[in-house]
Amino acid sequence: MTITKAAPPRGDRRDVDESRGSRVDSSLVLIMLLLVVVALQGPIREAVSTPVMQSWMTVFVAVVVQALPFLVLGVLLSAVIAVFVPASFFARALPKRPALAVPVAGMGGAVLPGCECASVPVAGALVRRGVAPAAAFAFLLSAPAINPIVLTATAVAFPGKPEMVLARFVASLLVACAMGWLWQRLGRTDWLRPPARPESEGLGKGAAFWGSVRHDVMHAGGFLVVGAMAAATLKAVVPASWLQATADNPVLAVLALAVLAVLLSICSEADAFVAASLSQFSLTARLTFLVVGPMIDLKLFAMQVGTFGRGFALRFAPVTFALGVLMSVLVGAVLL
Amino acid sequence: MSRQAQAAVLFLIGGALLHASFTDLYLRYVKAGLRPLLLVAGVVLIVAAVATVWYEVRRPRAAKGKAAEDQSENQSGIEHHDGHGHVHREPRVAWLLALPILALILVAPPALGSYSAMRTGTALQKPWGFADLPAGDPVRMSLVDYAGRAAYDHGHSLRDRQVKITGFVALDRGGTPYLVRMALNCCAADGQPVKVGLAGKTPPVLQPDTWLEVTGTYTSKRTKDPVNDGVIPFINVTEAKPVPAPRDPYDEGGGG
Repeated sequence: MTITKAAPPRGDRRDVDESRGSRVDSSLVLIMLLLVVVALQGPIREAVSTPVMQSWMTVFVAVVVQALPFLVLGVLLSAVIAVFVPASFFARALPKRPALAVPVAGMGGAVLPGCECASVPVAGALVRRGVAPAAAFAFLLSAPAINPIVLTATAVAFPGKPEMVLARFVASLLVACAMGWLWQRLGRTDWLRPPARPESEGLGKGAAFWGSVRHDVMHAGGFLVVGAMAAATLKAVVPASWLQATADNPVLAVLALAVLAVLLSICSEADAFVAASLSQFSLTARLTFLVVGPMIDLKLFAMQVGTFGRGFALRFAPVTFALGVLMSVLVGAVLL
Repeated sequence: MSRQAQAAVLFLIGGALLHASFTDLYLRYVKAGLRPLLLVAGVVLIVAAVATVWYEVRRPRAAKGKAAEDQSENQSGIEHHDGHGHVHREPRVAWLLALPILALILVAPPALGSYSAMRTGTALQKPWGFADLPAGDPVRMSLVDYAGRAAYDHGHSLRDRQVKITGFVALDRGGTPYLVRMALNCCAADGQPVKVGLAGKTPPVLQPDTWLEVTGTYTSKRTKDPVNDGVIPFINVTEAKPVPAPRDPYDEGGGG
């Protein structure tokens, strides 16, 4: 693929003229790429005309198109936080003690009206703005699951079962807070390796704002594409009938739907409807689907790698998954 | 990726989103309700592209040289530590953004069709209640409405009325034809089919994915979806004629 050709290795970092050359390169490569693809569009269309490829591309494009507006919303919010909100605001808004800041930030997630694509860049901006990582992660996990839009969608998808909405709210908030406290206890800052940001010192507010927007869209957007490709592959290739076999065993059913939530990477505003249609599964299993999905899925994992670094995501994601399953089963046993 | 190239990519994504939302192309992938958000996102991305170029042109030379230096380090993928102990790396992953742009503009994949429909279990839910059928003979109703009445009301509210439903054709392994309508909740990744089996005077040759307008009556024949054991009712076809695909392939509006 052209990605590997994009950046020829440069040995000497001081050679400005040389790197000017590489600046031309990436624009040039982009133009060449577009020209080649336009020239070859006939063969390419033919190659993707089989039903499997068509269904793959439809799901891939759908995930990207659906997520982009929310990504843009999150990126704008994160740029506003980075440029216009002074760091002292968060110091005043959140309790001094991280142990208290975690639940406050978790509840704060209720005000971000979006899905998980928006919460990743916002949480990244919060960390850079000096908010304790534990609190920012509680926000990251709770925001996509407990905001009013998602809870309303859940109530509509499960008519006559208001306890499902309550269970989703309680379980998601518990997992978010538990993860925050866990990070405060065990987390190490050197696991967090946020990628380089454009220098915003000495720039006007406008330049800093749009620089942040550009950087976040390119960055999180690229990882969103990775996640969309993974989700489309699973949707197009793995037969749904495999699920049927697991529905009768209560333990397997919970695990199967938790894994499905990770693999499908459905937007948290829509997952309740999908859960409602999985009617052969127990309510607890479907609650697991609703709690795990907004917190960790392929698309989110890719975006977390991009925002917080691989070392973070590899540790954070499995623990989130395990806690999500555990908490759903506990809350399900009490409430459902 | 240089800033100019990034600006170009931003512009193309924004343009592709605007193109899709102005031409009904977006209806193949997402719910109609997402359109305002798509338009806003498209405009914001284009503004971001223009702003990137604007600030790039106005940036002082010295800063440019420094940025270029950073860029060369980043592009070579060499990790280095600055004073805060962070690792700097410009992600090559941003190049992948070219894929959805190309897919959307050049290929524009079709709406979910028979392949997805037969791999996914029917998502027919029990309706709230059954209102009386409107006047008309045959009476036009949504495929989902017919399926709900046929499966959960045993056709009581349908009686012997002629009904007219529209959907696309899908064939199962045994060759049984179904008329299908996919329903979205958010985007095509969560699309789920509602299937109605075709019995009676079905056309001799049925191509999967062709859209049909079927006129017929209720029949008590039904089957189980092998994927999720869901109920699939049948319709006794009296007439079937091919029609062009509707503007919104998923949502039939009303009567659902």
